[in-house]
Amino acid sequence: MVGNGAREFDLVVIGSGPGGYVAAIRASQLGMSVACVESEKLGGVCLNIGCIPTKSLLTSARMVAEVRDAGKHGIATGEVTVDLAPAQTRSRQVSDQMNRGVTHLFRKNRVSHVTGHGRLAGPGRVEVERDGVTSALRAPHIIVATGSRPNSLPFLPIDGRDIWSSDEALYVTEAPGTLAIIGAGAIGMEFADIFEAYGTQVTILEALDRVLPVEDEDVSAHIAKSYRRRGMRIETGVRLTAAEATGKGMALSYRDAEGEAHSLVVDRVLSAVGRIPNTEDVGLGAAGVSLSEGGYIEIDEWMRTNVGGVYAIGDCAGGPLLAHKATHEGIVCVEKIAGVTHRSVDYGNIPNCTYCHPEVASVGLTEAEAKARGYEVETGSFPWIGNGRAVAYGDVDGFVKIVRDRTYSEILGAHIIGPHATELIAEFVLARHLESTVEEVETAMHPHPTLSEAIGEGALAALGRPIHI
Amino acid sequence: MATKVHMEALSPTMEEGQVVRWLKSEGEEVSSGDILAEIETDKATMELVARGDGLLRTILLGEGGTAAVGTVIGVIAGAEEDIAGLIPADGAGSTAPGPETSPRPDGGPPPAPDGDGHTPPAVDVPPPAPGERIKASPVARRLAEAEGLPLEAIAGSGPGGRIVKRDVVKAAERRVAPVVPPPLPDADFEDVPLTQMRKTIAKRLVESIGPVPHFFLTVDVDMSRTVDARRRFNARLEKEGVRISINDIVLKAAAVALRRHPECNAHWGGNHVRRFNRVHLGVAVAIDDGLITPVVTDADRKGLAQIALEVRELASRAREKRLTPEEYTGATFSVSNLGMFGIHEFTGVINPPEAGILAVGAVADRPVAVDGAVRVRPQMKMTMSCDHRVIDGAQGSRFLATLQGILEEPLLALA
Repeated sequence: MVGNGAREFDLVVIGSGPGGYVAAIRASQLGMSVACVESEKLGGVCLNIGCIPTKSLLTSARMVAEVRDAGKHGIATGEVTVDLAPAQTRSRQVSDQMNRGVTHLFRKNRVSHVTGHGRLAGPGRVEVERDGVTSALRAPHIIVATGSRPNSLPFLPIDGRDIWSSDEALYVTEAPGTLAIIGAGAIGMEFADIFEAYGTQVTILEALDRVLPVEDEDVSAHIAKSYRRRGMRIETGVRLTAAEATGKGMALSYRDAEGEAHSLVVDRVLSAVGRIPNTEDVGLGAAGVSLSEGGYIEIDEWMRTNVGGVYAIGDCAGGPLLAHKATHEGIVCVEKIAGVTHRSVDYGNIPNCTYCHPEVASVGLTEAEAKARGYEVETGSFPWIGNGRAVAYGDVDGFVKIVRDRTYSEILGAHIIGPHATELIAEFVLARHLESTVEEVETAMHPHPTLSEAIGEGALAALGRPIHI
Repeated sequence: MATKVHMEALSPTMEEGQVVRWLKSEGEEVSSGDILAEIETDKATMELVARGDGLLRTILLGEGGTAAVGTVIGVIAGAEEDIAGLIPADGAGSTAPGPETSPRPDGGPPPAPDGDGHTPPAVDVPPPAPGERIKASPVARRLAEAEGLPLEAIAGSGPGGRIVKRDVVKAAERRVAPVVPPPLPDADFEDVPLTQMRKTIAKRLVESIGPVPHFFLTVDVDMSRTVDARRRFNARLEKEGVRISINDIVLKAAAVALRRHPECNAHWGGNHVRRFNRVHLGVAVAIDDGLITPVVTDADRKGLAQIALEVRELASRAREKRLTPEEYTGATFSVSNLGMFGIHEFTGVINPPEAGILAVGAVADRPVAVDGAVRVRPQMKMTMSCDHRVIDGAQGSRFLATLQGILEEPLLALA
């Protein structure tokens, strides 16, 4: 049944993830009347079952390692035991707090939060279904920000019991004895870190030839070495061929890089094989919105779809599937609608972060990519062992690597693995955004003693004259 | 009284213009009605006339430079007049992404050139005097220096008119463009020089099996969805009197697939391979005493109905021998279909210098294995003949896989 007459807005945003909620707030700042339609909790995957709760768990996991190391600092702990349940509770509390934050921001910015499942329903019209009741919203501009969900392999469907996606893994209160993680992207590597810390024997299976395949090859090699040293098993170049429930867990069959068949019996399987866009049940087909081969909504540089008045941002509009990319697309899209923006999204300068230990972060081109594009490439790496603050932390696993173009000394790419890499990468993002050369990064004074000195040293290394190695 | 020289709308549809040549130089006296410059519009080269009297005090857009209609590209004023306030801080020929670029809020004076008009290296930039600073990124400064481009000549598209890398790259391209003649008569194709390996492949294969070394690739296509799509198209197009054949869909699909695989949309040129950026399909048509291949130009960009009408029209005139030469030359790839004769599978002979021809058989219900069970499905065989000097087995196979994918799921043509 259809409820009372359609409510009118200047903008309706479908989805309240880091793309949608930011777009809604920015639009409100620009004087638009805005409704944001959300069927689940505000904040989307990022805030509720993605970026934020996993960061809480990773903090817990790091704490386990630090407490085990406490004796060196003169702290007697006795035997350290771990329990995942309180860590999960804390993770939920962190998400809930952030979720309340979005609710507050919506109230402060007078964004109407409409609960229900939103679908495009003809030009300028969104229908919202809630508990079988449909209501209508009207707006000249509609932003689709419906995000993505975990993909799964055909013979490894997520059942929530033996086979988890990241969604289920975030609610598990007991670390399994053994866990196979399928896929060594950011999600797989982060959960490996968490479960390993809570006592699980982890095996990572990756189809490509290395872990974190989007990162620089040196970084992939280093993190693999680091994980193996912690006792995790990593198999790359793997072709999974079958998965069978054994009653007590799962038996996986796979072929290794040499084509040899193996089997692996584990208590649980975590499927981390990428994500797929939520573009099926949004009324896109009926509205005539074009999708690309992977089911992503096709957009132009201003996030416009092929249908007038319909825009798409974030994961549902294509990769990279990152919250900060969604946020920027949302802002640019809304500012363009309001006619106030001159900027577009700089897709060449999107940082990539994996919050495992050691942390991994990068921006720009890998060494191989830079070479493939024909740059005259020079690289320099600075290991954390040469940085006083890192030694004092007791956290020296990794390095800072800079890929530069020899001709103009442009910073083509920066790759950090090690302590607080995900924070430190922001300096390179800004340097690249301002089109700094490597020399400027080197000549800018970094405070001593800090981790940030390694950035200056990395720049020196890329210029062939590091001091501390 | 000073007069701004604007890029004027010299044709009704003109949105931007390019300065071909300034006929007056800076400091030269001009009077109203004098021809100041030749401007290339979207249609022709037009003359821009002076709208005031005085000296052409400054030229803000160099020869070869492009600016949107309405942009100030020069100033006419008396010798002593202060014109600083008339020159937009952004400079002419702004390349800002949006149309609503706003002027610099401070409306400050224009950037002044360095003494020798030369940009110092980025690392040694002396602290600029207030009001003299040219905002430019370090990378842009280095690039401009290497290109010998003074920063004053470059319009910045960054925040507050800051010159960033892309501005210098564009300025360098613009400067180069009028000097160096384009390498090719038009940009519809790209000539790829032969590598040593490709030369050896060509030589050995020609020795082996004749001047055009053919090889053949065959795939089976499940045509269920194409047959279904055709039925629905025809139901919809009935009113307009258009009927689409399976072959029309094959043509469209082949054209889309070729666009994605330019290595197969190519000619053998003896000492290079010419890859085309446009897809012109030769369609083999049987006529009384032979066959001819009229060409559907830009088949990848045409709709099915248009392809259907064109093929029908070209074929009928082919039978009447009324095709003009340009209607049967210039194909980048050919398709031959003998399905209407009940032929299941055959091979086409390449029409040089084209590098490939697709031979399409009949769609017929045949038993196939689907998910372990035998099902009857409308099947079609396609065989691609490839000139091995141009197309290697893997390249041809990838093209065929794309084409097969589209025919098995026609929606993919939209992807």
